Amino acid sequence: MNFEFTEEQKMIQQAAKDYAQRELIKDAIERDEKAEFPAKHIKNLAGLGFLGMMTDPKYGGGGMDAISYVLAIEELSKVDSSVSVVVSVCNSLVNWGIEIYGTEEQKEKYLKPLARGEKIGAFLLSEPEAGSDASSQRTMAEDKGDYYLLNGTKNWISNANSASTYVVIAQTYPEKKYRGINAFIVEKDSPGISLGKHEDKMGMRSSDTHSVMFTDVKVPKENRIGEDGFGFKYAMKVLDGGRIGIAAQALGIASGAFDLALKYSKERKAFGTEICNHQAIAFKLSDMAVKIEAARFFCLKAAWLKDNNMPYGIASAMAKQYSADIAMEVTTEAVQIHGGYGYVKEYHVERLMRDAKLTQIYEGTSEIQKIVISRSLLKD
Amino acid sequence: MKILVCISNVPDTTTRIRFTDDNKLFDSTGVQWIINPWDELALTRALELKESTNGTIEKISVINVGPKETEPTLRKALAIGADEAIRINALPEDTYFIAAQLAEAVRKNNYDIILCGIESSDYNGSAVGGMLSEFLDFPSISSVSALNIEGNNIEIKREIDGGYEIMTTSLPFIAIVQKGIAIEPRIPSMRGIMMARKKPFAVFEPIEAESLTEHVSYELPKPKAACKMIDPENIKELVDVLHNEAKII
Repeated sequence: MNFEFTEEQKMIQQAAKDYAQRELIKDAIERDEKAEFPAKHIKNLAGLGFLGMMTDPKYGGGGMDAISYVLAIEELSKVDSSVSVVVSVCNSLVNWGIEIYGTEEQKEKYLKPLARGEKIGAFLLSEPEAGSDASSQRTMAEDKGDYYLLNGTKNWISNANSASTYVVIAQTYPEKKYRGINAFIVEKDSPGISLGKHEDKMGMRSSDTHSVMFTDVKVPKENRIGEDGFGFKYAMKVLDGGRIGIAAQALGIASGAFDLALKYSKERKAFGTEICNHQAIAFKLSDMAVKIEAARFFCLKAAWLKDNNMPYGIASAMAKQYSADIAMEVTTEAVQIHGGYGYVKEYHVERLMRDAKLTQIYEGTSEIQKIVISRSLLKD
Repeated sequence: MKILVCISNVPDTTTRIRFTDDNKLFDSTGVQWIINPWDELALTRALELKESTNGTIEKISVINVGPKETEPTLRKALAIGADEAIRINALPEDTYFIAAQLAEAVRKNNYDIILCGIESSDYNGSAVGGMLSEFLDFPSISSVSALNIEGNNIEIKREIDGGYEIMTTSLPFIAIVQKGIAIEPRIPSMRGIMMARKKPFAVFEPIEAESLTEHVSYELPKPKAACKMIDPENIKELVDVLHNEAKII
């Protein structure tokens, strides 16, 4: 079994690391405090090709594999998850689904600008009354013959304001329940779309999160993705890949916090020596390192399965659940190791702890991952 | 115009330096190798010139004297934007030897501008550029912190004690560049990384050349003494420490 990365994968990892450590780090704390969208960084990362890194080059993307994607997301997330979430949503939740299930016309019109980084995408599934229970969609997409009429509200939408291309999941045939759900490409500037306020979140504060309201929004028939009634399955398949991105994000948050805690423990002295020489701290660092390494293997295994066209849904659920849970544990310990300094905003580590929490919630809560995993274990 | 950028393959600047074989060899176990930072800035400037001078610069080549293990570093240079890479298949053990190899590559290819970093971050020899100039009998300018080209006009700024000089020269020439030549090294894009696989990459055997030096042994610097902090208001204590402990006054 070869655990070495290819030269190309290492180059991609280094490119993400260089950008994160040179540029993102400069204003991460300030942007978090102000909840300011990282527009300049997204533009720069788009120019470097990160927003379409996994999309086929014939559609303007980088054609990189999922392992490269995991490596890049991890490096960006070590510094700023509000930025890595944009990369993850664009690559996994928006571009991938259109590339696999879209028509050539949809790819030409929507995927190409997204993959080239000229436009940002958003994925609209969650609703006020339907988060984990994604099949209980209340947003309606009535079939009007040559168009669909969209009415409803989506909430907790990442990139809601910065995106120009939405992928919206909505109910067309309520009597068919989840089989009556469709997925649509919707242009954000369509008449009838309005945004709620920017959510004032605990973490990933400079990620652009809003509710989105649809009032009689006309969506051309040709903007439906896949067969009539395919939308729920589409969403689930897209989320399987999205989980790899969020797992990598959680991994990055954890490893970023660990790096800071390790460095601090080698500098801070107490009782006559550096605190890393006290077993209580050394054992914390050891536990953190083990958890991070395990999370890394989960993420890379899920990515490897995807790259090799093997089923990866369970692997990605395991990766997401485990990485998110250890991100919370590791960042909490990282703050603890920093002591009082870990509790103030001047130091990055408290922001990482706040960021970690969201990875346990969005794109499928840790509890939903357990449902996915246990159902697979228990089915005949 | 054709630009050649000479690239050294050096350990990442955060590497913990160790020696092996009874302190006769550098221990490269687990070392991450990178483009020498000054060479990377040189390459960045070359790319900026190509982009801004509308066809004046037709090609940027990068060259390294090193074993096969240096190829990833050269491919990174291609990913950043160089058009072709050349590796001279030899161990870079001696400055004179390296300069001789580079000189031969220049003679074969008619480069107009050769850029060298002022030093490499591992051996800090600061000698290759000057030796190369002597081998080729080309004008060379060192401590170059700015290089501008407008049509056929070459303008070079070099740092001197207390100020700077603005110079010009004719082609071909060697610019030995330092910090300031470019602000930030480029980060390779996904497209650049993808294209790097397809760009020309030539490997040549070295010419016969002497090595004039030999590394006999290595030694780590002595660990720094602990730093004693003295309150700036407490002049008496400062004088006492300088006189009685440091014994320098």
